[in-house]
Formats: sequence, C-alpha cells, structure tokens
Amino acid sequence: MTKKHKAVALISGGLDSLLAVRVLQEQGIEVEGINFYTGFCVEGHTHAIRNHDKDKQKRNNALWAAEQLGIKLHIVDVIEEYKDVLLNPKHGYGANMNPCLDCKIFMVSKAVEWVKENHKNGFDFIITGEVIGQRPMSQRKETMPIISNESGADDILLRPLCAKNLPATKPEIEGWVDREKLYGFSGRNRKPQMALAKQFGFTDYASPAGGCCFLTDKNYSDKLVDLWDARGSREYEMDDIMLLKVGRHLRPKPEFKLIIARDAGESKYLEGYRKQFTTLQVTSHNGPLTMIDGDIVPEDYDLAAGIVARYGQGRDADQVEVELSVPGEEPQILHIKPLTAEQVNKDWHV
Amino acid sequence: MSHYELDARRMLCPMPVIKTQNRVKTLTKGDTLDVICTDPGALSDIPAWARINGHKVISNHEIDDELIITVQIGE
Repeated sequence: MTKKHKAVALISGGLDSLLAVRVLQEQGIEVEGINFYTGFCVEGHTHAIRNHDKDKQKRNNALWAAEQLGIKLHIVDVIEEYKDVLLNPKHGYGANMNPCLDCKIFMVSKAVEWVKENHKNGFDFIITGEVIGQRPMSQRKETMPIISNESGADDILLRPLCAKNLPATKPEIEGWVDREKLYGFSGRNRKPQMALAKQFGFTDYASPAGGCCFLTDKNYSDKLVDLWDARGSREYEMDDIMLLKVGRHLRPKPEFKLIIARDAGESKYLEGYRKQFTTLQVTSHNGPLTMIDGDIVPEDYDLAAGIVARYGQGRDADQVEVELSVPGEEPQILHIKPLTAEQVNKDWHV
Repeated sequence: MSHYELDARRMLCPMPVIKTQNRVKTLTKGDTLDVICTDPGALSDIPAWARINGHKVISNHEIDDELIITVQIGE
C-alpha cells in the first residue's frame, strides 16, 4: 500500500499561506496548519484594547484561514524562544526592529521539530506561502536556500506558489506532489494570487501582504528601543511588549515615562496594571488613566500630573485634582495646573 | 467525565486560545472546561478553534465583565 504523505503548513492568516495549502489540497495532500505567536503578532489582541476598533470583526485570521481550508491549526507560544531571534539576529534587522529573515528561519526550524515529532502520523514535509520577491528582506531568490538550509528543513521545505522558480524538493522528486501543478509566482505583484483566490472561491481574506508583526512598524520599534535605552538592558517581558501597543508614551525624564490611555478601552486595559504600577488619574474632570513605567521620585509628581492633566477635559482649568496611586500606599490627591500645549515638550513623545 | 476551569483573565488573544489548546490536550472526550477570560476576541477565537479541532463550545456567558466559555472536549 502506498504511504500517504502529509504536510504541515505555516499559517499566518494571510492570502499566500491560504493559497499554498489549497494548492496542495487540490493534489489530495492532507495538511495541518501551525501558527507561531511571538508576542509581536498584530493578530487579534489590539482589537480588544482600543475603542475605535470595536466595529472591526474580532477574528484571528490564522484560525479563520484554517476553518476556510478545513484543516486543524496548532497555535504555538514561542514568546520566550523568540527573544533570542529579536535580540541577536544573525542576518540583521529590516527597516525597523524586524528581524524578518531570522524570524522565518526560526519558524521553519520550529516546523521541522514539529514534523519530527509527528512523523509517525505521516507528516513528511513543510509548506509555506512564500513567493520570491514578495518581501524585500525575507522573500528573495537568495534567501530561499538560506531559509531551507539554516532551518534544517533542507529539501522538505516546499513553496507551492513559487516552486517552479526553485530547484525541485523531495516531495516533488519523490512524486508525493506533482510539480507541474505548482506555481511560479514572483515579484510584488499580487494579481496572480488574487486570480488564484478567485479560482478557488476565496472572496474574503486578510489584507494581502499586510504587515503581520509590530516590529515592522516604526513607531512601535522606536518605543521598544526607547524602553531598552531607558533600562540599559534589552531584556523584556510579555507585559512590556503589550504595553508598547497601548496609549501615548511620553518620557519627560530619562528615569520614567508616562503611558496615557487614548480612550476608554485603553483606560480599562491599563486598570489591570494598577496593582503593579504607579498610576495617575484626573478626578475633578474626565481624563485618561495614566501609568508610570520606571522610577519616579516625589519631586517629579507635579510634572507628571501636569502632563496627565493636559490630556483630560480640564486642560484649560486653572487647577485640577489628580489622584496618584502608588501600589501598597494610600492614594494621594495632587492639586495641579495643567501644562499648556507648549509646555509639553515635543521631544518627550516617544 | 469531569469539569475543569481555566483562568485566562487579562490575556489577549491568541493567548486564551493557546492556554485552552494546551489544557484540552490533558483532558479526555466528554470533559468540559470553563475558560474564564476578559478579551472579547475570545468569543470568536475559542469557538473557531474548537470547531476546527473537533471540540464544541456548549455555552458562553458574561458575569461582571468576565466571559465564561464552556468547551466540551471531542475526539
């Protein structure tokens, strides 16, 4: 009896991985999906924080894609292991703090581990939705063999959407997959993928080639670098990377920064940190909850409260009341004149 | 068949899904698991995860800003 070969697919939730899986399913290959959560993934969680995103459909695109494809999806928490990828990328960073090539190598290497663990269940090879020339750093003709080699996947890594532009892999050579029915896409043009999506009947899919990682975002990367500089260390915890996504960040002194909620949703989210961090809240007027990250001394309380008051509805009042809560201490009320727009130094904005 | 509880409060998706997935691996068919979470994204993500992996969400309700999603373990 001929052995049935199965593939595991890296599923980001975007169009390319969706198509790559369907191309193999058309050949009768059974596929399961794997999705890695680094902590920096754009998917999902910020929708939960900000008010203005409330109307957006709150769905995880990787789960949604798996459901469209009728495949199982394994979501793997790689937050801890990913730190080394971010802090020590062998191939360097992209335009911001995005170590895209190292990230791809890491994820494929994790898929290799998964295949080894699940080989007895028939899993023999890995597929990705990569397309040559699609991404400036990680998806180039020169990087394809680097990913295959450095991940340890070698010839069991198949890219169904651009396979015809690459040397044949083991699944093709062994006849598990018909190379003739794979594709030769290349470049940044998305029309071939969109045409294929139409052919397969996919009409609703995540924004093509949309950023899937906060590290490609300049503002986010700037905040991360500011955090590392202020601490004198590049260590980070999950809470750190979540809080970089929330609020406006102002650093009036090197020792501390303010995280000022931008709406009720963010205020509610920051509430969860009250027991860990010093917080400021205008009580005489409506105003955002503000968290202090770092070490603030009592001499700087008025400065911090004056900034916070600037972002509340009492910004034009002569005086407002601001409650300062230090964990483990009784809250105290500060009577403060809000800073003017000019007094809030532009350089404080991270 | 037994009933279990999982605390996923303050976690943002996909962490509640990952925690649910990992806990379900330790349970057997017919067991039920209450996932207590605060991220409304879990209301779509946990049922989607359950559907594609052969499990069933048998109820969900909200108490004091907390969501309780009950998953019944399938095959």
